[in-house]
Amino acid sequence: MKPAPFEYHVPDSLNQVLSLKREHGEDAKLLAGGQSLVPAMNFRVIQSKVLIDINRVEELSYINEDRKVLRIGAMARERHLEFDPLIDKWTPLLAEAVPFIAHPQIRNRGTIGGSIVNADPAAELPVLMLALDARLKAQNSDGERWIPATDFFDGMFTTTLATDEILVEIELPHIPQNTGWSFMEMAPRAGDYALMGVAALVGLDEAGKCTRAKLVYLNAGDGPVDAKAAAKSLVGETLNKKVINHAAAHASEKEITPFGNIHASPEFQRHLAKILTQRALVAAAIRAGEGYIQ
Amino acid sequence: MIKTYSISTTINEKEYKSEVESRLLLSDFLRHELGLTGTHVGCEHGVCGACTILVNGESMRSCLMFAVQADGLEITTVEALGKDKDDLHPLQQSFWEAHGLQCGFCTPGILMTLIPFLRENPDPTEKEIRAAISGNLCRCTGYQHIVDAVLLAAEKMK
Ligand SMILES: Cc1cc2nc3c(=O)[nH]c(=O)nc-3n(C[C@H](O)[C@H](O)[C@H](O)COP(=O)(O)OP(=O)(O)OC[C@H]3O[C@@H](n4cnc5c(N)ncnc54)[C@H](O)[C@@H]3O)c2cc1C
Ligand code: FES
Ligand code: FES
Repeated sequence: MKPAPFEYHVPDSLNQVLSLKREHGEDAKLLAGGQSLVPAMNFRVIQSKVLIDINRVEELSYINEDRKVLRIGAMARERHLEFDPLIDKWTPLLAEAVPFIAHPQIRNRGTIGGSIVNADPAAELPVLMLALDARLKAQNSDGERWIPATDFFDGMFTTTLATDEILVEIELPHIPQNTGWSFMEMAPRAGDYALMGVAALVGLDEAGKCTRAKLVYLNAGDGPVDAKAAAKSLVGETLNKKVINHAAAHASEKEITPFGNIHASPEFQRHLAKILTQRALVAAAIRAGEGYIQ
Repeated sequence: MIKTYSISTTINEKEYKSEVESRLLLSDFLRHELGLTGTHVGCEHGVCGACTILVNGESMRSCLMFAVQADGLEITTVEALGKDKDDLHPLQQSFWEAHGLQCGFCTPGILMTLIPFLRENPDPTEKEIRAAISGNLCRCTGYQHIVDAVLLAAEKMK
């Protein structure tokens, strides 16, 4: 057997999960989809004394619309994000990006909460949380708190969740009116972790000037990377080729710090970031209402 | 004393009651404990797809689940398809006719990936088929014959 031994618990309510987490502290890990945790256990990179399997906690698996926001339970499977019409209605950028996550068999089991807490810099969902201004609900047996996505990620595979806290819900606002969006990435094969990827959002006013922009990158640093200066350079401008190329150059040269891997040098990743940003901004500007001027 | 957990699983419509250690992978449970060796094991970290089975009808990696998690669930493995060459599932028959396999190591995982895919996409395009099997590695065929086999199967299953 490949993984090291562990004590197994399979609670069916959130309250039981929280009290087990409090009881076992550092020794316990949650087992959500297992699509990142189990490979790490098979390699024995992770050896956890206790696993708390949350696959039977039905109250954590939902996608609901509220008056003002979309609410997604931490145990919603990546596959459900891909096909639920509410995702497309509220936040089509997320719908566009989810099929890039791994393969269908992995998405059938992997969860939104697991991917966010795993905080892999190469993962799509953490990038989308920043791009979409998500709020994340953390809970322990004393109560709950809301964490803006900007305060959630804390470096490689690390978050600001406390040891006894778990992620229970993801709250997403509507993409604002007159806003275009695009997600693009480059991976060696469909379903592989991408070498580089970007989520782009641009808002336009009636005159076609950019009012708001966002550029967030994966595999570009030790977490999702928000290229604030490049995005800011677009605001107030008419989105033409020169303005877009300038922002793409700034983000790819100054704001990201890709580390390179066996498939790509950091220089190649920067090159990909530049090209993907140019394309994503053009696509987003067109979706915002034909806002791209040749 | 190593602690074990009692599980009861329905596998290919037959009920099994077992005692398992928590760390036993579902793939090893199927192969080593139950002798259902149709499910293959290549990488054991989710990449190759050889171990793909159906859990409550959806394709999943059996190397990334623990047997203890299968308690109460319905599992389908490649053994649920045709048993011998005169009794093949149309998908298997198409793999034979279109040369969708050479060594056959990847085949069980690919078949179990395609069963729900064809149920949901009875008339798939070549592009959709390639996306569906993107999580299954084959070292022999170069994939083209697999794609041809799926197109043929879709035709046969209409
Ligand atoms: C072959 C392969 C390819 C992949 N490719 C990609 C890809 O291209 N892009 C991508 O983004 N991902 C990829 N993945 C990872 C996949 O998306 C995982 O599903 C995801 O990263 C983790 O989700 P999970 O539900 O499986 O979490 P698990 O593996 O169960 O858990 C991951 C970590 O999060 C913790 N955790 C889980 N849920 C919670 C919670 N609610 N609160 C607190 N802690 C929690 C766990 O304790 C664990 O430490 C790939 C995986 C494989 C095997
Ligand atoms: S053995 Fe499970 S994916 Fe390779
Ligand atoms: S037929 Fe040999 S690996 Fe696919």
